[in-house]
Amino acid sequence: MSESPSAIAVSNLVKNYAGVTAVSNISFNVAKGEILGFLGPNGAGKSTTMRILTGFLPATSGEVLICGHSVATETAAVKRVIGYMPENNPLPEDMRVSEYLYYRGRLKEMTRRQLGPRIDELLELCDLKRVRHRIIGKLSKGFRQRIGIAEAILAEPPVIIMDEPTIGLDPHQILIVRDLISRLRGRMTVIISSHILPEIEMTCDRVLIINQGRVVAAGEPAALKRELLGRARYEVEIVAESADVAGLIASIDPSLEITSETMPDAEGFRTIELSTDEESDFSEDLLRSFASDDRFRLRGLTRAQPTLEDVFLAATKRSWDVVDRPVLKPKP
Amino acid sequence: MRHFLTILGHEVRMLLVSPSTYIAAVTFLAFMGFIFAGILAEYSTTPQENSPAVAFFELFWVPVIFIVPLLTMKSISEERRLGTLETLLTTPISTGEVVMGKYGAAYLLYLSLWASTGGLFYILHRFTQDSFLLDLGPLIGGYLFIVVSGLLFVAIGIFASSLSRNQAVAGIFGVVMLFGLIIGTQLLSGLATVNLESFAAIKSGLEYLRVFQHLDDFSRGIVDTRQLLFYVSGACLTLVLSVLGLEAKLIHS
Repeated sequence: MSESPSAIAVSNLVKNYAGVTAVSNISFNVAKGEILGFLGPNGAGKSTTMRILTGFLPATSGEVLICGHSVATETAAVKRVIGYMPENNPLPEDMRVSEYLYYRGRLKEMTRRQLGPRIDELLELCDLKRVRHRIIGKLSKGFRQRIGIAEAILAEPPVIIMDEPTIGLDPHQILIVRDLISRLRGRMTVIISSHILPEIEMTCDRVLIINQGRVVAAGEPAALKRELLGRARYEVEIVAESADVAGLIASIDPSLEITSETMPDAEGFRTIELSTDEESDFSEDLLRSFASDDRFRLRGLTRAQPTLEDVFLAATKRSWDVVDRPVLKPKP
Repeated sequence: MRHFLTILGHEVRMLLVSPSTYIAAVTFLAFMGFIFAGILAEYSTTPQENSPAVAFFELFWVPVIFIVPLLTMKSISEERRLGTLETLLTTPISTGEVVMGKYGAAYLLYLSLWASTGGLFYILHRFTQDSFLLDLGPLIGGYLFIVVSGLLFVAIGIFASSLSRNQAVAGIFGVVMLFGLIIGTQLLSGLATVNLESFAAIKSGLEYLRVFQHLDDFSRGIVDTRQLLFYVSGACLTLVLSVLGLEAKLIHS
């Protein structure tokens, strides 16, 4: 086994389905022990990419190395180092939970002796103890989802690939799953895809946004925010004339400008949105100037934090306009 | 091999806990019981040349055509429909092991169903003590035929199951293929046209394929290696086709 620095190395991956290009020329690396979030709108090619990584689907062209093994030529070796949870988490309907885990463990070449304690540990970890003897087909979505996750990490593989692991879970269960995934950090390499963006933001070290089969943004969540939404935004709730506000903010910093304003509400307050290209924080200056001036009645001032959602929308929208733009590199 | 045993064990267990297995088994036994009772009624009114075992196995095709697809139609198409094939094939096992495991389990069940018809002969023996009614030769020959021909019939059912994600479609495929093999060859060889000289090659081929001819030979105690080879090689070929069918569906999915 050749030692490679990254657990997963994908280069120029292409997948065509009967004339439709699902994945076109994707390249990325995932370091050992890293948690990578995979984002993208429906039909962006997330699931296809994941299936190719597991060796379930053959790629049209390109190369995928998992722990140094090529997926195309050493499929058997690759399957020994991955744990995979597919989209929609298919499970057999007529098995009991512990039976299922035992069967899967045997398929993953674990010995009987290893399996007993490992299954107990996983049932504890995933909060499945109560249902261990229940039939899977009769369990609710949340339980089934956690069975899928338990199954993926069952054999403690170095690489774990999960397609939308938190779909259909309630907030409490999402918390458990998030904890579970964070606990894997450093030991296992994890790729998860999700639509729940705060989820990705909280658990992942790095995010990869793909759209229409292309990588449109990659990097740490914080860096991506700076990259794609460089402007800081302030929201001011105030009673004032727009012209007066414009004059005042120009005196604070020339880069500040009004981007939008709402109609006054019953008490005359309006929400005015300001934005700037500068990195420095103007909140204090703005607050002091507005408060000390008699022309204004200030009720609130917030510095808006861009969320990953904004990044996602910006990145996927941009690629819609410009199809073949180069992959963004996060600023150092 | 290790995976084969794991899958085989799993499949046998799944068959044993599935209600459809018991429905198939009860239907099968009820049907065979009726046939057996009918044969005995016939024997009690008029004297016959052959032992009842011969007449009994003559009708083997009725349960085969319906029970084999019933047992096998679920095996691969259900996995594909539920999507569990994806989780199955991302573990370190090959498609060949999956197919063999499912085939093995279905074949074992098929054999055990037939073995249970041995009870009918036991009851007959217990209450009549008549050696003519329980001629061991045709009985052993008949069961041997079931064991050998089952290799191919069950493989055909598995192959049908690998072609479709819909159980019903897979079942119908299976029935049609078994019907073609068992009844189709019989009907074709009965046609006058094949007796023409220009069809001599086809006629000899059909003779070789005729399942009823094989049954006759087995019942008379003739175990022809050509026939054994036909079933064994046919089963191997069909299983290889099942593996290919499974993989082709993956590639074009």
